Amino acid sequence: MAGGEKLSVLNPVGYPPKVSRKALAPRLEGLDGKTVYLVDARFDDSIELLRQVQAWFARHLPSVSTKLVSLSSVYHRDDPKTWEEIKANGDAAIIGVGH
Amino acid sequence: MPTVALHTHVFHRVVASVTRMAGLPEARRAFVPQPVMGKSAAELRAYVEGADPITGRPVMQEVIEGLTAAVPPVTLDALHTTPRLVEPDTEASLQRLFLENDWTDRLPIVLPTEERVAAMLARTSHRPDEVVGRMQPTANRGLWEYTVEKVAVNAVMAGARPEYFPVILALAASQVTARGSTSSSAAAMAVVNGPVRHEIGMNWGIGALGPYNHANATIGRAYGLLSQNLQGGSVPGDTFMGSQGNGYTYGNLTFAENEERSPWEPFHVQRGFKPADSTVSVFYGCRSTTFGLGLRELHWREHVRDMLRGIDALTAPCLLLDPITARQFIDRGGFDTKEKLIDWLFETAKMPAGEYWDLQLVQNYLYPRATFGEEPYASKLRAAPDELIPIFNRDDINVIVVGGEANGYWQIMGANYRRTVSVDEWR
Repeated sequence: MAGGEKLSVLNPVGYPPKVSRKALAPRLEGLDGKTVYLVDARFDDSIELLRQVQAWFARHLPSVSTKLVSLSSVYHRDDPKTWEEIKANGDAAIIGVGH
Repeated sequence: MPTVALHTHVFHRVVASVTRMAGLPEARRAFVPQPVMGKSAAELRAYVEGADPITGRPVMQEVIEGLTAAVPPVTLDALHTTPRLVEPDTEASLQRLFLENDWTDRLPIVLPTEERVAAMLARTSHRPDEVVGRMQPTANRGLWEYTVEKVAVNAVMAGARPEYFPVILALAASQVTARGSTSSSAAAMAVVNGPVRHEIGMNWGIGALGPYNHANATIGRAYGLLSQNLQGGSVPGDTFMGSQGNGYTYGNLTFAENEERSPWEPFHVQRGFKPADSTVSVFYGCRSTTFGLGLRELHWREHVRDMLRGIDALTAPCLLLDPITARQFIDRGGFDTKEKLIDWLFETAKMPAGEYWDLQLVQNYLYPRATFGEEPYASKLRAAPDELIPIFNRDDINVIVVGGEANGYWQIMGANYRRTVSVDEWR
């Protein structure tokens, strides 16, 4: 095969999945009087970071109620029970720590 | 509900990719430095009160605005379907292109010309456009699809001979990636059983796990290349987050079982196949290995126990026994079947419950399942801190015979069994 000869070769990459567009939930106008759930993903001591987030709210935005909850099992399993609780009792959520 | 996700900064490209694949590229996020694990309360408070390492803005400002500020629309670029051919070019330019596109393992590849791919395709009865499976680097990254021809392209690139193609197709059909994105840098292991071992000249003897046999080496390399290319990439910081990387991933520990010198039934027969069937069995999670020489009469039980404790508690031990050691296990312990040996290994691999639950891997992946009530973890959680509890699940432990009897060296590989796939169905 001569060095300058042009070769036709096949592309080795697979076929990407179709992506379904989703809509982001509307944002709140403010957090005063709202309940924010802090959702512990139970990975690499994530609850310890969320405790500091909770403490930050207490210091800087005391009008915001926070509730710290942990996922029922490991982070890669869906947790409908926790989602239902948050939907029923919360106004917003902060989830961590993602990796 | 308005939500903000807090992540560690090294994953910012991963987060962008995952949210895009989920159809929500504008998902609100904020970043803190990595690591969170093991940091004191004061250090974590400084994270929260400090700046987002990605944007430079205060972390909590990002969080509050993420919950309250209007979100500008973000265009979701459609992923283009993959073209069949690459723009023709010279060999040197194409080698460079494949390297620059992250399509290789950074070693030179065999260019997949139409002629070479056709020769590969000639060794299977399956149509080139038949879908073989779907794969992704880790959950939530989006499953990419691939055909017989796409697998053939990667097999050519790895330098595999056409007669190996049914084994490579079976590996692709396992849909278990050998290029997982896990930060733990896990590798795959592929064990071939049955007559195909002879047909394509695989090695199960001296040096079987090393680079001394063309079939072992190129089938294993093909498994890696097809995984990274057919799942949409394995690029550090994006689709690969293995913190240290793993040398096993070059060849993916691909070998044949030494059925002829094993005192026990072959692995694929344990999994319900007939001895005359040809199969490949896929394991994942290889990152911890212990090794020893033989079994001494006086303290062999204690020595094996110590080796088992050297395997990470999250990944089951898979014994890779030279035939010399396999026979020694029978001589020392009377384990005349693999099942009896596995029973003993399960009973032997124990540690105090307090130590077990304090392992970070156990905290991350098993403790949440225990508190959820999942067995056997929930029962283990009830043990007193100094009570000895099994480290592994009995049914996750495996034994494979490999080696050339140069001596009785043997290894325990941390390796989670995934599945066994028929090679014959891909001929």
